[in-house]
Amino acid sequence: MITIDSLSKKYGASTVVDDVSFVAPAGRVTGFLGPNGAGKSTSMRMMVGLTSPTSGSATISGRRFADLPNPGREVGVMLDASAQHAGRTGREILTIVQRMMGLPGSRVAEMLELVSLTETEANRRVGKYSLGMRQRLGIATALIGDPAVLILDEPANGLDPAGIRWMRDLLREYADQGGTVLLSSHLLREIEVIADDIVMIGKGRIVCQGPKTELLQSAGTVARAADIYALKRALDRTGLHTTVSDDGALRTDADPTRVGRVAHEAGVALIELRTADGGLEEMFLQLTADTQRERADTQRERKAA
Amino acid sequence: MTAVVIDPVREQRADVHPVPLSRVINVELRKMFDTRSGFWLMASIVITALLTTIGTIAFAPDADLTYYTFAKAIGFPMTVVLPMIAILSITGEWSQRTGLTTFTLVPHRNRVIAAKAISSVAVAIASMLFAFVIGAIGNLVGTAIAGTDMVWDVSLAEGANIVLGSLLCLLTGTMLGMLIRSSAGALVTYFVYSLLLPTVAGILATSQQWFQDLRPWVDLNYAQAALFEGTLTAEQWANVAVTASTWLVLPAILGLRLVLKSEVK
Repeated sequence: MITIDSLSKKYGASTVVDDVSFVAPAGRVTGFLGPNGAGKSTSMRMMVGLTSPTSGSATISGRRFADLPNPGREVGVMLDASAQHAGRTGREILTIVQRMMGLPGSRVAEMLELVSLTETEANRRVGKYSLGMRQRLGIATALIGDPAVLILDEPANGLDPAGIRWMRDLLREYADQGGTVLLSSHLLREIEVIADDIVMIGKGRIVCQGPKTELLQSAGTVARAADIYALKRALDRTGLHTTVSDDGALRTDADPTRVGRVAHEAGVALIELRTADGGLEEMFLQLTADTQRERADTQRERKAA
Repeated sequence: MTAVVIDPVREQRADVHPVPLSRVINVELRKMFDTRSGFWLMASIVITALLTTIGTIAFAPDADLTYYTFAKAIGFPMTVVLPMIAILSITGEWSQRTGLTTFTLVPHRNRVIAAKAISSVAVAIASMLFAFVIGAIGNLVGTAIAGTDMVWDVSLAEGANIVLGSLLCLLTGTMLGMLIRSSAGALVTYFVYSLLLPTVAGILATSQQWFQDLRPWVDLNYAQAALFEGTLTAEQWANVAVTASTWLVLPAILGLRLVLKSEVK
């Protein structure tokens, strides 16, 4: 379990991480979602003691990271898969980590097998690795100590769709066995696919957090019907608030089960019935748009100056 | 997809013991050799030792074919290469960004730095023993070829002084690595420190009488040079102690503070 309590980081006047609190519980995959520059990486660096927080604290199973006797055996960390000496081979990088943790040498081969790096690939220098291979090596480094907690920054970055599915299955199995997983991403789709819980962060502050199912559900329902106005009338009669958009889709706050039942009772044939993914996505798009607008503004200012 | 078992649920892990310093030293030693650049840097110590020995036999006047000549000829390139090894061992964690892994595996950075300093010293001592042995062989072979008498003119005390002088050079590298934490920056500063500054100090000393008197107390290179020239007087030892404290120990303490506080990105 990872507990983050009022974590803040200021650089001079600018606040990069602002009063962030959340818990990543054991047995679940927690997705740390936010646009680039939202403060995800800084938060993660503070969790593992690479950056000292201005205030607040982060603990792993109740202990500060620096107090863990052999951190690699308890927390698997991958913050940047490319942060390796380009001149070392993949096998050598794993060997260094294996020795530092005091593990048997056989773990290196086991981990290479787990992340599907072949003999030839393992003996190649990481300078020649693709981003996907580096990510796999990074995952191997994080898992080699058999830790109970994983902290991964953008682990799906650079993986192909098959790689993302592999990662999802791996982390799923890991969490199902009781492990704690915290992973970050700037892509909503990735987080949706992998995470159980979502913590969304923008400009250093937490925007929303909760189980993925709840966050997605709170957005309501989108439905289409052969006769959309018949459906609207039926729903309005039950006291639900509905809107019909120009493209003929009906939106309501009620959940799909209820809308389906009302349609059935009214004898309206549905063409489409689904959870509106609007809520989370809208909020996320808003965050991303804000950051991008700011970036465009500063660029304009720079040009003007 | 694979038979490897991951078993993450051991919140109560009885088998987790603190990482002993010996293990950190072991790993840091390995990291000095396991890259191409690291390997060739180490190899260059051996290669230059052999080349200078051959060079000394070939070009030194017969009268100078003494053990001291050999030891000094072999030792000089080492005082250049060893600090580079010490610098790169530390700055690589920042320049190559391996610190992201190293400092999460060993969160107490002073232990990593201690391990690196100890590994560097170990490499230096091993290199110097190697130099003394190669020098002895050179002396045997050289005098045999030239037909002169063998002269063993390095006492144990003098040998120890040479080792100490080289270690001061090496630790200057360690200090600069901590202070600057960038490979290029630290290497350039080291050459300014060890090549440019002594020249400037030398020019200043020839033109300004006051500086000539002051020099042994402020110029580390000057004070240190005495260590390579034989035995020292009490005042010369004091010179070494004062200059090393000012130019080595104080900046090293500052550097260590920076290492402990700096952000690893």
